[in-house]
Amino acid sequence: MSVRPNARPMGHKPPFWRDRAKRALIFQVLVIAAVAAFLLYIVGNTQQNLASRGITTGFGFLDNTAGFGIVQSLIDYSSQSTYGRTFFVGLLNTLLVGGLGVLAATLIGFIVGIARLSPNWLIAKLAAAYIETFRNIPLLLQIFFWYFAVLRTLPGARDSLSFGEVFFLNVRGLYLPEPLFESGFGLIPLAFGVAIAASIALIVWNKRRHEATGKRLPAYWLSFALILGLPLLVLVASGVPITWDVPELRGFNFRGGVTVIPEFLALWLALSIYTASFIAEIVRSGIQAISHGQTEAAQALSLPRNLILRLVVIPQAMRVIIPPLTSQYLNLIKNSSLATAIGYPDLVSVFAGTTLNQTGQAIEVIAMTMAVYLSISLTVSMFMNWFNARVALVER
Amino acid sequence: MLNKKHVVLLASAGAITLSGMANVQADTLEETRSRGAVQCGVSDGLPGFSAPDDSGEWQGLDVDVCRAVAAAVLGDANAVNYVSLNAVERFTALQSGEIDVLSRNTTWTTTRDTTLGLNFTGVTFYDGIGFMINRDLGISGADELDGAAICIQSGTTTELNVADYFRANDMAFDPIVFDTSEQTVGGFQAGRCDVLTSDTSQLAALRIQLDDPDSAMILPEIISKEPLGPVVRQGDDNWLNIVKWSLFAMLNAEEYGITSENVDDMMDSENPDVARILGQDGNYGEGMGLEADWAYNIVSQVGNYGESFERNVGMDSPLQIERGVNALWNQGGFHYAPPIR
Ligand SMILES: N[C@@H](CCC(=O)N[C@@H](CS)C(=O)NCC(=O)O)C(=O)O
Repeated sequence: MSVRPNARPMGHKPPFWRDRAKRALIFQVLVIAAVAAFLLYIVGNTQQNLASRGITTGFGFLDNTAGFGIVQSLIDYSSQSTYGRTFFVGLLNTLLVGGLGVLAATLIGFIVGIARLSPNWLIAKLAAAYIETFRNIPLLLQIFFWYFAVLRTLPGARDSLSFGEVFFLNVRGLYLPEPLFESGFGLIPLAFGVAIAASIALIVWNKRRHEATGKRLPAYWLSFALILGLPLLVLVASGVPITWDVPELRGFNFRGGVTVIPEFLALWLALSIYTASFIAEIVRSGIQAISHGQTEAAQALSLPRNLILRLVVIPQAMRVIIPPLTSQYLNLIKNSSLATAIGYPDLVSVFAGTTLNQTGQAIEVIAMTMAVYLSISLTVSMFMNWFNARVALVER
Repeated sequence: MLNKKHVVLLASAGAITLSGMANVQADTLEETRSRGAVQCGVSDGLPGFSAPDDSGEWQGLDVDVCRAVAAAVLGDANAVNYVSLNAVERFTALQSGEIDVLSRNTTWTTTRDTTLGLNFTGVTFYDGIGFMINRDLGISGADELDGAAICIQSGTTTELNVADYFRANDMAFDPIVFDTSEQTVGGFQAGRCDVLTSDTSQLAALRIQLDDPDSAMILPEIISKEPLGPVVRQGDDNWLNIVKWSLFAMLNAEEYGITSENVDDMMDSENPDVARILGQDGNYGEGMGLEADWAYNIVSQVGNYGESFERNVGMDSPLQIERGVNALWNQGGFHYAPPIR
């Protein structure tokens, strides 16, 4: 073994550029610095450009009076409210159609996905036809279909379709009776809360007992009955303290009750049905990913069929289903911005549409809108990751 | 998913974010000459103001403003590139430089003139908001509209003025807001709303687009002031002058009786005003970097204001709008152009 003349003595540290870890660190710091410098440059440059073009900047406009009306709002809103409030009105409308869309799409998607694997030829083929139809037609066309071809052809207000003189459907939307709660109604949410607490206790107790003695009660069914039954019981016992505000044709239109505008219906139907076709495929592939040996092994233990599904197949399938399901949820929420094509007052239509145009503050408005979609998406991802970690297989 | 609106908005935001600081002194005249065409923002298709005719040529009162600018600057009224814009897109398109003149039935307001980095150059049409209803509603005045569903185009002054009117009169309404005039008309026809509202001139234009124009009527009330005019970017005063004086040239030509038919005979006119307009006595285009025949080109190729009015929106057109307040000042109207001298 030859000794190189200027070999470093043992224990002496190599220069930092020879140290792989330090080098990596330095590069990362450099990249972060470059990105930060670029962002700073963009912000500065934008401000300078806007100023030199005489375009007003800043977020002060959010406190100014909006001056325009919005047809659907979940919070108090009038044309005297501020631009800042139009942001929340739009945001809540986006969350409303997104949230209800996720619910409906999940429900339809799971049903169709499981139906696709049904041994019944007709059911399986119907499910397949559903998937192939709705997955392959562009979403915008489906929105237009529901809006223009279906809801636009309904009769006018004076010839509304009536369901028991309580529900009405016409070209202006769906009119539902609205429950008005009288005094004494407070007991019912209370009963609901008690029922939920009792159900949780029941489930925990049942699980412990099952582990200790092997005996168990149908705890889920019992809690379901409890949560439904207890408030109902209290409702009847307290003499039903609810009156219904039934919509009534007055002047141009129905007044009273709750109005579901056709723009909402069209968007919600299209988003749910379209996304459900993707979810159905995800559910099918998730179930098929579980090797048949698992089912056979469970059968060998003579587990009944529903328990095989519930205890063996579904928990493992969920692991495969949840990550792609998350992206479908995100897609649905982002796709809801197509609302503006039919005039549903979502965040893009109200805030990035009317507010942007009335104030002219494109950069601020677009930045706020993008930040909203980003935060909604990150929140949904975080929740789904947490949920996934809970249901994921614990490998032993 | 992106639609056209988002692309325009994002592209404009991007342009303002990333573009360098070099062009502080913008020279739109020079850019227009080297491009050989005026970049003109118009509507998506509003008959009488800006809409393509059967052969695909853009026609209308607003279009004529752009044609006049092209005639003055390039000597050719046809040297115009049209960009059709809905109400929401229009200002961003101008701010970002996609167009150089916005001539799209746009109301002149303080906010638009002072906070968007834009300048209005004059008034092409004095308008006001009105209401169109179905005749069989059996309504004769706007004060009976309490509780009505109203179709409005997004991003317009209409959205604001209608809300003001209903609040001032203590009435309620449902605003049904769409991005394009095609959709607002569609909503009105399908019965989604009881009322279609917009500037009255545009209601006249939209009414003739209905399947059955006679089924609809325009209520007598005018609830707002809507002076419509061309808009340019701030920071290029010479371009502002060119657009402003192109319209004034059309108005002055009408005032002194110069038409596209008689303009060549008028070249020998003894009238000093006519001689100055037509560049026979001094070059009044010089201060704007234009040739002496700038106004001659406008009148000979586009016509004077009155000709444009009658051809596009007046009695020679399907819209049948009276001159009314849009007559010249000496005919009982509001149009009063400063003199060319
Ligand atoms: N003058 C008003 C209204 C302008 C406006 O956009 N009017 C509609 C009438 S429904 C229109 O021109 N639409 C045609 C289009 O979007 O291309 C404004 O400047 O805000």
